[in-house]
Amino acid sequence: MVPLNWYMLLSAVVFTIGVTGFLMRRNIIIMLMSIELMLNGVNINLVALSHYLQDMRGQILTFFVISVAAAEAAIGLAIIIALFRNKATAHVDEVQEMKG
Amino acid sequence: MNLQFPDLTPVMPELFMTALALILLCTELLVKKKGILAALSILGVVVVAYTLIGSSGTTFGGMFVSDGYSTFFKVIFFVNAILSVLISIKYIAIERVNFGEYYSLILISTLGMMIMASAADLIVLYLGLELMALSTYVLAGFIRYDIKSNEAALKYFLLGAFSSAFLLYGISMIYGLTGTTDIKSIALYISEKGLTENPALSLSMILFAVAFGFKIAAVPFHMWAPDAYEGAPTSITAFMSVGPKAAGFAVLGRVFMIAFASIKLEWVAVFIPLSILSMAVGNIVAIAQTNIKRMLAYSSIAHAGYALLGIIAANNEGLASMMSYLMIYAFMNIGAFAVVIMLRSEDFKGDSISDYEGLSRAHPLLAALMLIFMFSLTGIPPTAGFMAKLYVFMSAINAGYTWLVVVAVVFAVISAYFYLRIIMYMYMREPKVEVSLSTSPSLGLALGVTTVAVLAIGVFPLYLVELARAAISGF
Repeated sequence: MVPLNWYMLLSAVVFTIGVTGFLMRRNIIIMLMSIELMLNGVNINLVALSHYLQDMRGQILTFFVISVAAAEAAIGLAIIIALFRNKATAHVDEVQEMKG
Repeated sequence: MNLQFPDLTPVMPELFMTALALILLCTELLVKKKGILAALSILGVVVVAYTLIGSSGTTFGGMFVSDGYSTFFKVIFFVNAILSVLISIKYIAIERVNFGEYYSLILISTLGMMIMASAADLIVLYLGLELMALSTYVLAGFIRYDIKSNEAALKYFLLGAFSSAFLLYGISMIYGLTGTTDIKSIALYISEKGLTENPALSLSMILFAVAFGFKIAAVPFHMWAPDAYEGAPTSITAFMSVGPKAAGFAVLGRVFMIAFASIKLEWVAVFIPLSILSMAVGNIVAIAQTNIKRMLAYSSIAHAGYALLGIIAANNEGLASMMSYLMIYAFMNIGAFAVVIMLRSEDFKGDSISDYEGLSRAHPLLAALMLIFMFSLTGIPPTAGFMAKLYVFMSAINAGYTWLVVVAVVFAVISAYFYLRIIMYMYMREPKVEVSLSTSPSLGLALGVTTVAVLAIGVFPLYLVELARAAISGF
């Protein structure tokens, strides 16, 4: 049996990779993937804790997180496509219409 | 298995709102005139507001609560939704994005805010937050052919999704610590087991503060706000500078005052720098702006700093002053944006501050209205903005933060520079460009309502303050 703190450590590592990816990478699609990584880090945490506490709430929240993440990805990709039609780029540093 | 049907009375307003948004979406297919959709949505919101009466109670196993606190915030959201629809009708036609989904999205976003205000459980809170945020992302990017609007939506979306991941990590930490997601049970468990010293509790508190700092646009989590506010359609800028901010404050009040009540000292120590930084950055950077929407974005960051003083006071008086602040802010801010929208016509952008030069010559009434809103945003009596600041400052002084109020007043004085500069431009400069107004009855109605509200609350503030106090009494 894998102890709980290994799962929590994995979750923290996955979450941190997501945060670092979001802050370091400049491609919008990869930033979107980093956000998914952060959410999945949280999901690992929730499911592990839910099993450890023998309580269903964590797993229920995980289902909600997965479905909301799907909606979020749909909207995010739609925004990227709308942007791409006006300016053929997927690089955040090139999207700089406003300054001040 | 005995499955009991939950009591639906407390969620009636939310159910009506959902039905209204979906009906509107279907009506859009049949009705060609978009004005009818707007009228229908305003009428619908009024009906939903009516169902608020007698909706108090707790349901879904304590996950959803409808009390005075949530009802007061829901009234702010309804005011916000109705005024935003009123100022949109002609504007979205000018911007050539007159689609029916616009109104449904506003209502769905309002529904998300209502769920947030009523959430007594972190799962419900998260779902409400996402419902609000996802529809606002779409609204921010509603002018599809305009790259500025795309950029606004992109930045708002990326940082919003980033912050909600932080919120989720905070929820998972507190779930692991207490084994529950119910806000009241969390507080009970922490005080029973004596977990106040636990670092995981402080960590999750900080993650919550980060996530809601993004939502209310407090510095240093404000980077998205100026770009998102400038690029988004002006009516949506008005909508999202009031609604999501008020919803964020509603959640801040409930989560921090109840769930994290035992570590009050620590979270107050987190919010004090956030508040000072918001006031400082918001007011000082606003001075350098040349675009009025961007200036109002920085002003909205500063106002988040003032309203945070009510949270920092950490008592019912502070919460009541924060609630009346947000109500007043809704009127004066949407009023100012209504003036900005009026300047926008088919071939004229009208969002540069220099466009206001000499406005009082050609359009004295509009200039006078803008004067009232700018006075109110600065906090000059007899406008409502003065009363809003007065009560927030008083509650902070009564809680023992006199030095913080001194800092806030200094920044309020700095803010006078850029608000009064608009007035100076309107009254003391010669007009450079000829501004033709795009008037419409609905925009006039919105301006009338906001002006009357700003002046009436400024002269008779006690009614609103008593209402907020009564709302908070059962908290």
